Amino acid sequence: MPISREQVVHVGRLARLGLTDAEIDRLTTQLSDILDHFEALAAVDTNGVEPTAHPLPLQNVMRPDSVAPSLRRDDALGNAPEVEDGLIRVRAVLE
Amino acid sequence: MSELWGLTAHEAQAGLRAREFSAVELTESVLARVDAVEDRVNAYITRTDEVAREQAREADARFAAGTATPLTGIPFAVKDLIVTKGVRTTAGSRMLADFVPPYDSHVYEQLTRAGAVMVGKANMDEYAMGSSTEHSAFGPTGNPWDPERVPGGSSGGSAAAVAAGECLAALGSDTGGSIRQPAALCGVVGLDPTYGRVSRYGIIAFGSSLDQVGPIGRDVEDVATILDGIGSHDPRDSTSDPSPRPDVRHYLGRDIAGKRIGVPREYFVEGMEPGVRARIDEALARLESLGCEVDTDLSLPMTEHALAVYYLIAPSEASSNLARYDGVKYGLSERGGSGMWENMEQTREQGFGDEVKRRIMLGVYALSAGYYDQFYLKAQKVRTLITEEFREAFTRYDALVTPTTPEVAFRRGEKLGDPYAMYLNDIYTLPSAVAGLPALSLPCGLSEGLPVGLQVIGDVGAEGAILQIGHAFEQSLGQANRLAPL
Repeated sequence: MPISREQVVHVGRLARLGLTDAEIDRLTTQLSDILDHFEALAAVDTNGVEPTAHPLPLQNVMRPDSVAPSLRRDDALGNAPEVEDGLIRVRAVLE
Repeated sequence: MSELWGLTAHEAQAGLRAREFSAVELTESVLARVDAVEDRVNAYITRTDEVAREQAREADARFAAGTATPLTGIPFAVKDLIVTKGVRTTAGSRMLADFVPPYDSHVYEQLTRAGAVMVGKANMDEYAMGSSTEHSAFGPTGNPWDPERVPGGSSGGSAAAVAAGECLAALGSDTGGSIRQPAALCGVVGLDPTYGRVSRYGIIAFGSSLDQVGPIGRDVEDVATILDGIGSHDPRDSTSDPSPRPDVRHYLGRDIAGKRIGVPREYFVEGMEPGVRARIDEALARLESLGCEVDTDLSLPMTEHALAVYYLIAPSEASSNLARYDGVKYGLSERGGSGMWENMEQTREQGFGDEVKRRIMLGVYALSAGYYDQFYLKAQKVRTLITEEFREAFTRYDALVTPTTPEVAFRRGEKLGDPYAMYLNDIYTLPSAVAGLPALSLPCGLSEGLPVGLQVIGDVGAEGAILQIGHAFEQSLGQANRLAPL
């Protein structure tokens, strides 16, 4: 198995997915199967090859620092689950 | 004349200009067609009949005022990851089931400025992750050629709507084949433009170095016309290519004699259905009869690695893009837990479906300490090799021609239990996506009564050349304007 149940639990925690035990079991099998198929990649000679992060040779794109209208605050907050005084209200981060 | 909903966009445009019918009549015809077939197809997550009627009235005013464009009055399906101000946009996910965007995407803005009509928001695999539109939180879409079969995905609703007459044309998005594969399985035409050609502003993100919006239509001319309508530079997307963009429509109708076409042998391997193979062989013979130089002695050995490269890079990018769905700012928000972290986990557990969770897991794993070099970085390097191999091929060929998929539309449920088998359906559409190249899928006949797709891959920015070849092929085959026998 290329990926163990413990690793699935760890990665699931990093991703904050709240996985159930049944999901963890299923993902352990499925991810192992998928990763097995990717093993051939290791054999490709990539010595001296630059990684591609992006298909286009684009440079940083700058715009003039000019003031322009943007979303109204009420519109921007319109989908927030809880709003107070024009701000998004969140649950306590620290107990 | 047949029903208005059965026209191509350019036929409808001619009728509208000649005042043979109004945009309102055209739209009503399409809405009635949706009423008639939608229970079998389920192409739409959200119908926007009233938006459509209002836009149709505006379109008629533009024809009267002489300000119509080639897209004015044309009823469209818009994939439901393209945000539309005031119209619910779900990305096929429970997470966004009640999300009403406060702004318009660039492509929808372009459509509305051109006077097009939106019939509804098209069904899709959740967050565009899937090849069958079975991974939608709003139920699967049926293939109009056989509703027990899948329409492909992730833009399955868009392709099915075009094939079923539930719109005249559609917008989809393609990350690893999500326009071309459903177009092939539904017997319509789909184009994945060069990465950067169409703005991603207002597109719900999946794999940001791969995502690209593109058109789906009933023939090549419609697809070319739509690309010209949506493909302008947009400063709001920093990856939008600022180079000048000549209209691609002008390439259509030109002779293709002498075009050098490469046929990479790696696309003709195990797993391809004999019926698909037969149609593709006929298509290659047809291109030769049209004067193309077809070279089947081409090898692109990096092709076999494209699937692994894609299914490491796209999930990695997705795991980062989908980190924003935390129940805090918008979207589903489970508030029952004891604090922020518990709420976040509950929100993501409830909001995401199985395939999305699987890809997030794969991506987080490939990016995690200890595996980054082995998986993500390695995939990025092999991505470079795939791109270089294509670049070298395009010094010798004007286009590459391959099948779009190894098989025709498969039965619903057939691959749901085996994620890797589902991924294999993208095997021919992944390489060009990884390299950011434009690629067209168009129908080339039937196998056992179901459509087979021919893929034409072009060099960077060469949409005109592949549309020209596709158009000549389509004219020669003589079955333009395809509708499913629904």
